[in-house]
Amino acid sequence: MLKIENLKASVEGNNILNGINLSVNAGEVHAIMGPNGSGKSTLSSVIAGREEYEVDGGDIFFNGESIIDLSPEERAHMGIFLSFQYPIEIPGVSVSNFLKTSLNESRKAQDLEPIPAGELLKMMREKMELLEIKKGFLSRSLNQGFSGGEKKRNEIFQMAMLNPKLAILDETDSGLDIDALRIVANGVNKLRTKDNATVVITHYQRLLDYIVPDFVHVLHDGKIVKSGNKNLALELEEKGYDWIIKETQEL
Amino acid sequence: MTFKDKLIQAYYQNEKALSFQDQRKKSIMQLEKNGFPTIKDEEWKYTNPLPILKKDYQLSASLSEISKEQLSQYILTETETYCIVFVNGQFSDELSSIEGVKCVICSLSVAEIQYPKLVKTYWGKALPKQSDSFVSLNNALCQEGTFIHVPKGVVVDKPIQIIYLTNGVSEDVFLQNRNIIIAEENSQVQLTESYQNTDNKSVFTNVVTEIFAHKNSIVDFYKIQNDRHNCSIIDNTWVNQDKYSTCTVDTFSFGSKFIRNNLSFTLNGQHAESNMRGVTLIGENQLVDHHTLVDHAVPNCLSNELYKGIYEDNAKGVFNGKVMVRPDAQKTNAFQSNNNILLSNEASIDTKPQLEIYADDVACSHGCTIGQLDENALFYLRSRGIPFKEAQATLMYAFANDVLSNVKIPELKQKLNRIIAEKLGVDISLEL
Repeated sequence: MLKIENLKASVEGNNILNGINLSVNAGEVHAIMGPNGSGKSTLSSVIAGREEYEVDGGDIFFNGESIIDLSPEERAHMGIFLSFQYPIEIPGVSVSNFLKTSLNESRKAQDLEPIPAGELLKMMREKMELLEIKKGFLSRSLNQGFSGGEKKRNEIFQMAMLNPKLAILDETDSGLDIDALRIVANGVNKLRTKDNATVVITHYQRLLDYIVPDFVHVLHDGKIVKSGNKNLALELEEKGYDWIIKETQEL
Repeated sequence: MTFKDKLIQAYYQNEKALSFQDQRKKSIMQLEKNGFPTIKDEEWKYTNPLPILKKDYQLSASLSEISKEQLSQYILTETETYCIVFVNGQFSDELSSIEGVKCVICSLSVAEIQYPKLVKTYWGKALPKQSDSFVSLNNALCQEGTFIHVPKGVVVDKPIQIIYLTNGVSEDVFLQNRNIIIAEENSQVQLTESYQNTDNKSVFTNVVTEIFAHKNSIVDFYKIQNDRHNCSIIDNTWVNQDKYSTCTVDTFSFGSKFIRNNLSFTLNGQHAESNMRGVTLIGENQLVDHHTLVDHAVPNCLSNELYKGIYEDNAKGVFNGKVMVRPDAQKTNAFQSNNNILLSNEASIDTKPQLEIYADDVACSHGCTIGQLDENALFYLRSRGIPFKEAQATLMYAFANDVLSNVKIPELKQKLNRIIAEKLGVDISLEL
């Protein structure tokens, strides 16, 4: 589904990604871990199409098609979803209208009619239940005054509504207490099918107790320096990142 | 002959036929003496009126036919309203609909015949002794306009639309009108005002509106400035408020090439509340200048001011908000805010808060901001599949929403949303 080949990217002249290779197939969950500043968030932003990042080399393929020249909205229409580490507060735009616009623009891109209001409402209710979201939520301004937990829940709520093929969860566990973490992870798990894929970007192993990865990759200095199964995450939790960094440097 | 000379000549040709001869005479002499303002005048420092004064305007336009269907595209149709319509400066009986209204709605010329006492009591009374040349000009020569009198205790059941059309004119034309709106004790009224040119000739409108809000009355006045780009308007609105009255004047500026709004409130009675808000959304070769003045002459009043502006291309915005708190006006609350977004390097805004406070027990605040759209917010919306233009529009609308959300006529709000969507070239529902 997602194939990243020797991806190099920079922002304002600083090289951040230095040749990433990654392959994600439908039905898989990949975890990308790494110390601060290793390029995790940059990688997610570059996949989602953030224009501030300059792609200096390599390519990203989504279902066989190169996407590096596509706009963020075009990538979203193809089924790529990024759950933000810091969701943006947008005063004056309600959650419900935002979702309606978002959903209908995606449908428009696929030559579909706008979703009927009744259907939309029903769908919103279902997904809200999944994430244990309270009723008044829909009429609130997007992320404005939301607690950390509400913001992250809102991200996964949007993901549930948009039903992406590839979901990238950027530090979704940061700022969550244990109950919120369970709800969010539970939501993500319920949305998993054999046809979609999830990339979890995280600093800590904690989230991976709930969203169990098939593959774990360690990112350091803009490169994937080690890959393994879920046990690698446990090992990292126990021993930190230093041993891998040392191992890499010795090579 | 200059425009000024042409106007003065027109005055002396007509002098004998005019009402309020003493006042008019004084005004024309003021204009003769002072001439039109230039950018050397502090009040016109950022807005040069010269380009619009250089044209050779006809001083009146002949009567013209316009059908109800044509009119319908310019007015609020979904709501039941009362409507007073002028075409080329003349009251149009066919297009107006004021049946069943429980207040007086008529043209000023009719009011002078039918309600001479009222007109005499109020004509020119909201204006200051020393006024600017455009007000003098209106005083000297203007003979027509809208007259609305809401009697004591009457709550007008539907909004009143005031519409000025220009249609089928063969030359550039200069038009003036005077609106007098009187809300007696305990009355309530909602009004909208718009100017619409249907042709390719330039129209320059110089309007004076006088609003009198008596004790405990509520007046909501919405100005929709969405005229063609060949039009210019200088709008002088003076509001006089008595105790416990609430008056709101909201101005929505999207069209025309030159707009100058002089909006002034005088608070003469305690516990009065004044609200003035605006949304300006303009682009190529457009200028909108908001000059506001709130005069807190007595204690215990409240004024709220919130203007939001979005400027594209080489659009130019000006905001000058003066708040005067006189020595006696203790316990005044006066709030002012002006926020602007510049979407291009060529766009500009000159914004100037001007507070003169002579009382010591008051709460006054002011603030102005100038910025761009938030890149992070744009990326966030786009990453959810909302295309760039639509994402921009959504953010701009959200920016303007704390003004729009105050509009009390739902159909007007919808109409404004449609105008904004159209102006931004998007087809999304901006209802939030």
